Amino acid sequence: MQRTMLFATTLAAGVLAAGLALAQTPKSGGTVNVVIQPEPPGLMLGLIQNGPTQMVAGNIYESLLRYDEKLQPQPSLAESWTVSDDGTVYTFKLHDNVKWHDGEPFSADDVVFSVDKFLRQTNARLRVSLEHVAKIEALDKDTVRFTLKQPFGPFLGIFEGGTMPIVPKHIYEGTDYKTNPANNTPIGTGPFKFDKWEKGSYIHLVKNQDYYLEGKPYIDEIYWHVIPDAASRAVAFETGKVDVLPGGSVENFDVPRLTGLPNTCVTEKGWEYFSPLAWLWLNNREGPLAKKEVRQAVMYALDRDFGKEVIWNGFGAVPTGPMTSALRFYTDDVKKYPHDVDKAKALLKEAGYDGTPIRLLPLPYGETWRRWAEATRQNLIDAGFNVEMQATDVPGWNQKLADWDYDMAFTYLYQYGDPALGVARSYLSTNIAKGSQWNNVEGYSNPRVDELFEKGATAFPDSKRQEIYTEVQQQLVEDVPVAWLLELKFPTIMSCDVKDLITTAIGVNDGFRDAWLDR
Amino acid sequence: MRLLRFIARRLVKGVFVLLAIVVLNFGLIRAAPGDPAQVMAGEAGAADEMFIQQLRERFGLDKPLYEQLAIYVGGILTLDLGYSYRQQMPVSQLIFDRLPATLLLTGTAFFISLLLGVLLGALAAARAGSWTDSAITIFALIFYATPLFWVALMAILLFSVTLGWLPAFGIETVGAGESGLAGVLDLLEHLVLPATTLGLFFMAVYARMTRASMLEVAQLDYVKTARAKGLPPGRVTRAHVLRNALLPVLTLAGIQAGQIVGGAVLTETVFAWPGIGRLMFDALLQRDYNLLLGIFFVSSAMVILFNLITDLLYRVVDPRIEVG
Repeated sequence: MQRTMLFATTLAAGVLAAGLALAQTPKSGGTVNVVIQPEPPGLMLGLIQNGPTQMVAGNIYESLLRYDEKLQPQPSLAESWTVSDDGTVYTFKLHDNVKWHDGEPFSADDVVFSVDKFLRQTNARLRVSLEHVAKIEALDKDTVRFTLKQPFGPFLGIFEGGTMPIVPKHIYEGTDYKTNPANNTPIGTGPFKFDKWEKGSYIHLVKNQDYYLEGKPYIDEIYWHVIPDAASRAVAFETGKVDVLPGGSVENFDVPRLTGLPNTCVTEKGWEYFSPLAWLWLNNREGPLAKKEVRQAVMYALDRDFGKEVIWNGFGAVPTGPMTSALRFYTDDVKKYPHDVDKAKALLKEAGYDGTPIRLLPLPYGETWRRWAEATRQNLIDAGFNVEMQATDVPGWNQKLADWDYDMAFTYLYQYGDPALGVARSYLSTNIAKGSQWNNVEGYSNPRVDELFEKGATAFPDSKRQEIYTEVQQQLVEDVPVAWLLELKFPTIMSCDVKDLITTAIGVNDGFRDAWLDR
Repeated sequence: MRLLRFIARRLVKGVFVLLAIVVLNFGLIRAAPGDPAQVMAGEAGAADEMFIQQLRERFGLDKPLYEQLAIYVGGILTLDLGYSYRQQMPVSQLIFDRLPATLLLTGTAFFISLLLGVLLGALAAARAGSWTDSAITIFALIFYATPLFWVALMAILLFSVTLGWLPAFGIETVGAGESGLAGVLDLLEHLVLPATTLGLFFMAVYARMTRASMLEVAQLDYVKTARAKGLPPGRVTRAHVLRNALLPVLTLAGIQAGQIVGGAVLTETVFAWPGIGRLMFDALLQRDYNLLLGIFFVSSAMVILFNLITDLLYRVVDPRIEVG
């Protein structure tokens, strides 16, 4: 007996369609201009997983699933799927009329090749999740079956386009993936085809006329403009040269001015899957921050509401702990750290902090982050810390974190919708290793937390996982391995003519499939 | 014959200087923290030691430094600037692709600044102490002292946002697909703001230098003699004062010309001009060693070349100067 999700999917699609019909009927045609920042290093999504690459190529390549803002899986290349009762066998039924952009037919073999061969080799993050998979088989040309070694709670969450893009087997099989010349002319199954990349200027995508969803996409062409200066990007929008400023493309202090322009719409949505969380790495290994009391004092010293309201113009939310509120299994039933300078001072005294200088590493991502670092430093000084700012550029920041050469450092990381995918990696003691800034950089080690995270990943069903993750959140918030600052929200600013752009949990990254222009 | 020997000697010397620059740049870049493998891993949002190690091996960064240097210099000697792993393209092609945009921008700025700068400087000198002189001096001082990016932003604010006369960014109206005359006009329209902004600083420098130099030359005995001979004042200014006053201007122009190929990082960034300056800036932030070294190589070769041309031009302007 298989628990079917087909019904739920059909129902969701029906509700969605009804909603659209109630709203407006999409119009076909038109050109949309979008900012892309920085210029992506390449567009082969299977090889390069950086943000700008995903934003452009997410409209060229597709995965089996998409996610709505509640992170519920939706059909993409897979039109339906079933999960066995024990949570170890996932069977996907693919759309049967899909073609690659070069006209070749798409089939289940492409999926098996992409996941089992290509991505296993090229995508470090997916590789970790695939360790739970025993085998991947094409049952027929439209059916793929994943068999897991044991239940893996977040499994249905790893089919996002940037994480698991399906790449063409007929182009890549038997070649050196990284040097295949086809990387410069990406071939996907998505709603838009690659047309031209004028390096340093723009990337041009055109409508895929053979797209398998009737009538989609609606828009004829997308131009992604490369504009390296934040102020110039704001001007480009102001003067009507671009229609969409994806999240993070302008400095925060420009947001109120731009959203005040006529016919301008803004949304915080479209980041639910990534749910970026900003925090301060605290070096747990040595120096004053090795003591829990000192780390707790940091939490009390920080005026995180100020950071949200002033530095980030009210966008985002103050986090309660290691998980953002958008994440599955989030709880706010944890110890709270309000802004309390006296408490911070008392804790520092108790810990015997002697004024040893603490090196603070800002994140070199522009003016907003620089201001935030200054405000944070001031907060810490007010509570009695002795803080020195150490500015670097991005490669220098990477290196210092990878070498653990810091006391406190700003960062933000994606959480990928599930604690097993995006949270555990920062706290597991097995994840302490130099050379990476996405593992347990702070050097926190707690056997109980290790055990809980390990159980949480494979527990079944979800109610069990909730129990485990509630405890883990409570424990981490007590220990303060890092100082959580803000659930980041990067507002997408766009002309109100652009409709239905942000309809999924990854927003602009796969949004142009459904978007249309009301002109 | 003597001239040819001079040129040959300078060229040989230039090659050694260039090699020294290559070695020095190589060392300096490696001294900066971070490497391209880490940057690329960083953008992927996840990495393990194996992933970074794979990248390092691909870039040849796992080899000892002297071996990497030897490989690089060996490449340079055969005019192979290497491969940019980040951009997945040969460095020479990347530079070559961006060269036209940069030459257009910096070349236009160069001529605007040289022409207007010398003209304004000469005018100010000819009317020293007058209102015209004061106005030109103030104008020159302002643009000499104001940071380029600020001037650029103000120009955008005025001419693009407020007045809506000129485009704020890019080299062409993307998607318009204009060709022929319309295409050229579109290009020129996009060129006006960046070229003028970039030209203003050097224009100010030329104006100030021409003025000062002309006033100094005007006090010299041979100028007095020319005037005493009864030559018309215009001819004295043009043939006797200006020509001799141009030597320092020429030196500076040589330096500016050498930078033409290097591009203009700030201007290209603010105006989203797809030139070499930005390519270099991005390469720096990404620690794209080969690309960065390649751009440095080409631009230092240009500086050396233009120094040589400047030296030769000295002779034209002032025949008393001998080469060799």
